[in-house]
Amino acid sequence: MMPTLDFRRDHLFVAVLALLVIVGFFLPSWMRFLIQTAMASGLVALGVMLQMRAGLVSFGQGLFFCIGGYAVGLLAAKAGITDVALLLPAAALAALVIGLVLGLLLSRYREIFYAMLTLAVSMILYGLLVKAASLGSTDGFNIPAVSYFGFVPDQAARPDWSYALTGVVVLAGCLGALAYLRSGAGAMLDAVRENEIRLSYLGTSPRVLVFVVYAVAAVLSGLGGGLWAISSGHVDPEMTYWTTSGQFVFVALLAGRGSVVAPVMAYFLLELLRTYALDIAPNAWQLILGSAMLAVIVLLPRGLWSLVARART
Amino acid sequence: MKLVAILLDGLNYSAWLFLVAVGLTLIYGVMRILNIAHGAFYAIGAYVCASALGLYYSAGLPEAGAFLMMGLSALVAGFVVGLLIERVVLRKLYGQDEVIMVLVTYALFLILSDAVKLTWGVESYYVFQPYAYFGYIEFGNLPYQVYDLLVVGLAIVAGIGLWYWLNRTRTGILMTAVVADREVAAAMGVNVTRIFALTFAIGTVLAAVAGAATAPKIAVTPGIGVEVIILAFAVVVIGGLGSIPGAVVGAIFAGYARAICVHVAPQFELFAIYAVMAVVLAIRPHGLFARAEGRKI
Repeated sequence: MMPTLDFRRDHLFVAVLALLVIVGFFLPSWMRFLIQTAMASGLVALGVMLQMRAGLVSFGQGLFFCIGGYAVGLLAAKAGITDVALLLPAAALAALVIGLVLGLLLSRYREIFYAMLTLAVSMILYGLLVKAASLGSTDGFNIPAVSYFGFVPDQAARPDWSYALTGVVVLAGCLGALAYLRSGAGAMLDAVRENEIRLSYLGTSPRVLVFVVYAVAAVLSGLGGGLWAISSGHVDPEMTYWTTSGQFVFVALLAGRGSVVAPVMAYFLLELLRTYALDIAPNAWQLILGSAMLAVIVLLPRGLWSLVARART
Repeated sequence: MKLVAILLDGLNYSAWLFLVAVGLTLIYGVMRILNIAHGAFYAIGAYVCASALGLYYSAGLPEAGAFLMMGLSALVAGFVVGLLIERVVLRKLYGQDEVIMVLVTYALFLILSDAVKLTWGVESYYVFQPYAYFGYIEFGNLPYQVYDLLVVGLAIVAGIGLWYWLNRTRTGILMTAVVADREVAAAMGVNVTRIFALTFAIGTVLAAVAGAATAPKIAVTPGIGVEVIILAFAVVVIGGLGSIPGAVVGAIFAGYARAICVHVAPQFELFAIYAVMAVVLAIRPHGLFARAEGRKI
């Protein structure tokens, strides 16, 4: 039995990420935008990673990504509320409420059934959204420019502000996830994965633990979706399509379960790879992605982060 | 009138769903692999069929023979690709966690989708001739394509054939033994790896046949496998993963749910199938036909 990775020194890596975010501020704008969307999506992958610690693979995390995005989009475009101080909490709250309701049902399931049912609920939302003509069906809709705690940046300064916002929220999300993983409920996720029945013999309810991790992941993913919507200025049903969810799973797998910053960084790697791959061989992008995925599964079953972890010891 | 339309559409759609889903459930039942790449095999079947038909028609051979060509192309394509994937990739990964195998087949799905794009390009293929060949018959005053009814026949033949093979032939019975207990079957001298290879190849043939049967009805374009796979998932999950009677019932549930929606409330068409799946799972967590399993300590 390999020792489980612990998170005692993970704060250090969050600090490293914070440093990288600051460095990113001075990079060319296309690169900075790449980092920004990667961070927003990375937060969703972090949600998938948390569930993976309990041995559960959510093949429908796009659901909460989409709920967060649409919560922001609907408030900004339809209700005229355009301040991030309200938009992001709304995204998190919407994801939390749906997460709590669905969590009641989903916490009964394990293994492949958990994967299937999370997939099913995300596809239900997709099925509804593509038929919702008032929300632009498959095209989705655009989101107006947002204000920051009452301050409205001018056109030129907008990318700076949304980048800063994304950086701050994602770092906070990482710290939150870290605090959760170091709490009792978070630490016991490993036990859920290793042996659930022994856990219940010891007087703990695995079901409650799964319920909590599902809700925590929902909130992180909702925030990620909200940030992504603000960054890109657009939402569409593709956010909850199964291929989007598959990408989050891929990134979580690529990153491994060893650190809360790993999914965010792995997402950046993916986006970078995608940018160049689409340039060089536009029709072979999925081929590259799939091959990389197989390579990780075979060669690095504990993800890229295991390289970092190995270098540390 | 509407009722007749619902009945016929439901029947047709159920048959199609069964064809698409039965290979998936067979592979899961025997190998415990939830094969996302199934969608890619479906697409490959459709493409190979479209290409083969294109060649066939341009050679000016009798039109009726095209159906033989469809069947043959699907059989060969499914068997070759399935066996290749099983030998080259999957064989090395047996014994991994079920969830990891889902990710492996997801990776295969991505790779194969692009392989299809690189082989056939991104433009659409149309082979409508077989669809139009039989013309239509009228139910009351509702015209209905005969081809669609033949798909129902194909699904029934596939279902009965599979049942016969699993229950009445030696290889089939060995396969059921592997399903019941892999280790004991191996200990009794059943060549489990051979059974696995055969199962996977048959599963992919079924996917390719479904693709070939659908090719004349659609524009064969990149991305046709993406939607199919999640529909097939819904069907097998409703019926219970790995159960062939389950696939029949799941296909009928999902097929009629969609047919009713299309005629009564079209805006809920896609939603209906997943809603049925979610409801069934909420009541019977492991699907309608799942066997009870003890918890291992």
